[in-house]
Amino acid sequence: MNRQSKTFSGAIMSRAIWESFVKMDPRGLVRNPVMFVVEIGFVITLLLTIDPNLFGGHYGPSERSYNLIVTIILLITVLFGNFAEAVAEGRGKAQAESLRKTKTDLLANKKSDSGAYEQVPASSLHRDDLVRVIAGEMIPADGEVIEGLGSVDESAITGESAPVIRGAGGDFSSVTGGTKLLSDELIIRITVDPGESFLDKMINLVEGASRQKTPNELALSVLLAGLTLIFLIVVVTLEPMAHYVHGTIDVATLIALLVCLIPTTIGALLSAIGIAGMDRVIRFNVIAKSGKAVEAAGDINTLILDKTGTITIGNRLASEFLPVGSHSEDELVEIAVISSLFDETPEGRSVVDLGKDKGVTIARESYTSAENVEFSADTRVSGLNLADGTIIRKGAVDAIKKLVQEKGAKVPGDLDSKTEHIATEGGTPLAVMKGTDIYGLIYLKDIVKPGMRERFAELRKMGIKTVMCTGDNRLTAATIASEAGVDDFIAEAKPEDKMRLIRTEQEQGKLVAMSGDGTNDAPALAQADVGLAMNSGTAAAKEAGNMIDLDSDPTKLIEVVSIGKQLLITRGAITTFSIANDVAKYFAIIPAIFLAVIPSLGALNIMHLTSWHSAILSALIFNAIIIPLLIPLAMKGVKYRPMSATGMLMRNLFIFGLGGVITPFIGIKLIDLLLTVLGIANI
Amino acid sequence: MTIAGSIGILAVIALILIIGIPLGDYLYYLFRGEPSRMDKVFHPLEKWLFRAVGADPSVKMDWKAYLRALIMVNFAMMIFAYLVFRLQGVLPLNPSHIKGMPWDLAFNTAASFITNTNWQNYAGEQSMSYLGQMLGITYLQFTSAATGFVAAIAFVRGLIANRSESIGNFWVDFIRIHTRLLLPLAFVFSLILIGLGVPQTLLGPETVHTLQGVLQTISRGPVASLEAIKQLGTNGGGYYNANSAHPFENPSAISNVLEMLAMGIVSTALVWTFGRFIKNRKQAVVLYVFLTAILIIGAFIIYSNEAGGNPILQHVLGIHGSNMEGKEERFGPAMSSVFAAITTAFTTGAVNSMHDSYMPMGGFIPLLFMMFNLIFGGKGVGLLNILMFLIITVFLSGLMVGRTPEIFGKKIEAREIKLATIAMLAHPFIILVPAAIALVTKVGTSSILNPGLHGLTEVLYAYTSAAANNGSAFAGLNGNTVFYNVTLGLVMLIGRYVSLIAMFAIAGSLAKKAVIPPSAGTLRTDTFAFGGVFVAVFVIVGALTFFPALAIGPIGEQLQMWAHLLH
Repeated sequence: MNRQSKTFSGAIMSRAIWESFVKMDPRGLVRNPVMFVVEIGFVITLLLTIDPNLFGGHYGPSERSYNLIVTIILLITVLFGNFAEAVAEGRGKAQAESLRKTKTDLLANKKSDSGAYEQVPASSLHRDDLVRVIAGEMIPADGEVIEGLGSVDESAITGESAPVIRGAGGDFSSVTGGTKLLSDELIIRITVDPGESFLDKMINLVEGASRQKTPNELALSVLLAGLTLIFLIVVVTLEPMAHYVHGTIDVATLIALLVCLIPTTIGALLSAIGIAGMDRVIRFNVIAKSGKAVEAAGDINTLILDKTGTITIGNRLASEFLPVGSHSEDELVEIAVISSLFDETPEGRSVVDLGKDKGVTIARESYTSAENVEFSADTRVSGLNLADGTIIRKGAVDAIKKLVQEKGAKVPGDLDSKTEHIATEGGTPLAVMKGTDIYGLIYLKDIVKPGMRERFAELRKMGIKTVMCTGDNRLTAATIASEAGVDDFIAEAKPEDKMRLIRTEQEQGKLVAMSGDGTNDAPALAQADVGLAMNSGTAAAKEAGNMIDLDSDPTKLIEVVSIGKQLLITRGAITTFSIANDVAKYFAIIPAIFLAVIPSLGALNIMHLTSWHSAILSALIFNAIIIPLLIPLAMKGVKYRPMSATGMLMRNLFIFGLGGVITPFIGIKLIDLLLTVLGIANI
Repeated sequence: MTIAGSIGILAVIALILIIGIPLGDYLYYLFRGEPSRMDKVFHPLEKWLFRAVGADPSVKMDWKAYLRALIMVNFAMMIFAYLVFRLQGVLPLNPSHIKGMPWDLAFNTAASFITNTNWQNYAGEQSMSYLGQMLGITYLQFTSAATGFVAAIAFVRGLIANRSESIGNFWVDFIRIHTRLLLPLAFVFSLILIGLGVPQTLLGPETVHTLQGVLQTISRGPVASLEAIKQLGTNGGGYYNANSAHPFENPSAISNVLEMLAMGIVSTALVWTFGRFIKNRKQAVVLYVFLTAILIIGAFIIYSNEAGGNPILQHVLGIHGSNMEGKEERFGPAMSSVFAAITTAFTTGAVNSMHDSYMPMGGFIPLLFMMFNLIFGGKGVGLLNILMFLIITVFLSGLMVGRTPEIFGKKIEAREIKLATIAMLAHPFIILVPAAIALVTKVGTSSILNPGLHGLTEVLYAYTSAAANNGSAFAGLNGNTVFYNVTLGLVMLIGRYVSLIAMFAIAGSLAKKAVIPPSAGTLRTDTFAFGGVFVAVFVIVGALTFFPALAIGPIGEQLQMWAHLLH
């Protein structure tokens, strides 16, 4: 997928402009009550431009040009709103199109009832059909490998160019339609019906076709509709009240007042914010099956993370050398490094690296004559057979001990105590021997990924508790837990333990997020409020989770939480801004409307706007212009920083609340000056 | 303004808080339903009452059952009061031979007293028999206060419930609030008022020869018993037309202070009770600080305007001094101003001076307080309005901290917002729409005493008072016409029950939800920062809704007054 798509590319822009007009269709716009009211206002002022006396009165031609200007500004207001939505959708559409290209014209070798394979269009495949794919062919649909093993290029979906291994059985059996088999041959059982495939879902998602309003968006829409109704009442009742004090307000001005007061800014940007939020998730290479899941991510209280691969880097690395018997550390380091010279495993490399840190560097060239002994599950040791017949081995302590004892040599007395010491600290000991002599132990340690501690601290600041899950014993688990700074851990965890933890947390009203890839993770993934399945995982896991990480990086959960929060903050911030704007608009419009009957209300004209026409038009223009100005913010989202809730509230209120009160005073004044210079102020 | 006057205002408000807190504790224990020493005294009576209404006190009610019982009881009482007002001419205890009320006035009065509004389109001493005063007025002043009270308690129970349906038992709450709070308090307060000179008798009016030698009829009756609950229940419907300005209702400076305390203590106590229920006293303290600050600011704006007097009189006629038109000498500007602030903040509606005669900005504050309808507010409903705006505030600010908003551990979702919006929407709707209709129709405008901006304020005030279930009259508007009787009656009923039903539905919805334990990411509502946001939201939403109307009402009038000075 194209991760680098820009916010405003030329093609997206021109299509968005076209879409802005298409979206004027009232049947679509009615779903957005705020903007629908603006559109109705536009129609009424349009009619009043044609006949200014449509609703009675004796208005002259100057009224017509005033009505026309109001009409145009209202039209632009609606268009700006539509444009915001179209731009947000545009990026998704471009991505969907490139995805669609991978989907077309696929053929499949389907096993017929007679047992022979026949070519059929991939679009005709159904659940439980069997297909055969050979190297170089595209996998026709989502399914599970039931026979064979091969490497698959999944870059069309994940953007990752390195091929992955897919084979029958185990956790790596699921394949995705639209990916390419590079080697060997696979028999695949199709797991989806037409139109339900992962690719189809993804296309729908990025296109926004299956977009439903999220719970918070729904609640906010209700509030905005309510505010719109309140202001409708305010404006409709204002005319009769004004009438009583011998004032008249023309319809165009009433509509202008209404449009200024109703929360058009957030009304126009609300759906764009939602779409852009989903888009941000997708650009993180995470597929959220619904917007609800993204929103739920922002509410997470508890995060369950697997230790291996998520918190630690997955491999244990050498961290210390412990000589035994009469040997010195220097001796031990030298032998240990030699034993690992040709060991390409991460453990082996880490021994060489640690040796280097201790000042021991041994060139491979000096041991080219030695024979390399690979690690095997049988012997549980590896090492070198030197040219002179000396053997150098490192490996599991009991295996080495056995080797030495077989040769009739003695095991140093302090070996067992030191081994135990490493084990109690949660490490893994490797013994090192030369000939028949045990030199000492290599202390292998689980290494916490760099930066994890800080991230967990951040999460704590957000109010999220992290729980580490590991199959290790309690001691090892406790060591890693305190090193990584997680809040809690489960040692010797079985899949049921995870499930139980999720249930207890949820019973307390908490929302839980977890990641997983195996089939035995699937129930927990389904139970969790946010279940991030790894794309490398099984079909069952991917089906159970409500998000799929295409990069198979479990730490992404943390980013997803931020995006979920950002989504809500952006909505709240622009709503606050929108409502706060009304204060200044009142100060512009109210004195203007009643200037004729209550001249002393001019005291409220604190902006000293040129004329009453100019006051109303300036407020209305500001109201329209602020929409495109805020599009970038709606798309990018308000910056989220982990801090206390009250601190964040104060910060955002300062920027968007106070800013929302002050900005329009400045903006309206500037527009008024401009209108005055252009000579429109006194039409 | 004088120093003595200012200290007096602050002292009254301080006393309300000082009495309110321990009373709030008492209410907390009362509504938790735990055994107490008082049980011995009250149990036999309560048991008898439960049997009389056929209620089982052990039943747990969900919000619908609770609401059904509440509405049913209210409806029955309203019909009863309506019949009493209609038939009082033929019923006993009518020494002055007062006739039955016409249908529209009887409807208005019944709607007014069942809703705790106590708007009075009748003059008590002229059109209400003793039986009407006791069975219609005094009775409903107890029950309407109790109704608001139990509604608030039921809501708070819904708020703290954890995945439960029950919000208590209406009959238990309703009867206990009478037996253990309102009746004892009102009894004691009545005796104090009698001691201070308020009449309490069933004898007919007294005719006396005055020193000038003319005959004067002095009307009297069961005044003290009505006066006590009128203030304690934030009712405000006076025995006499002049309400608490009448020397028989409010004879002295001391009774004036006591009546203000009576208006304030129970609503203030309820905020504290709420804090106890949610196990967060700091929440109550935060609300106290901001609401009290607004109350004090409001009282002082009125005071400064009234004590400052009319600038035009000073300028043009050289008449200096306070604006004493419509005020009683025995209270003076300070105690009149604070009374006006308290009666509208706590939505009592009793008046000891004529708000119509206040300076424009002096009259603006009572109007604004009723538009807010939550500066402590009336019995129970004040707290409900506070909670309604807390929900809106929590929603807006909750979004801004990046979490689905929560109020006291309960998620606020579309359903709650929809209901809160309905409750919020009802208030401006039933003020602005009928006011606009009244201002463009002949039946509406013909009742208005003063033309122009002040006349507009009179109509606006009337509907605001009815919608807020306040009942204070701006005067200057003849409300006893079929048009005003019916529209004001309807506004009072909608103002009371629409938001009440909406809030009950919210309570039911919240009760079912699980309580989410607070974490570092939870927006705390018991901080002063949040309190400030709460004030900003209700002031801005309130101001935005009513600003245009206020601009051509009191604000415009005040600006006109200043503008005339400049010319």
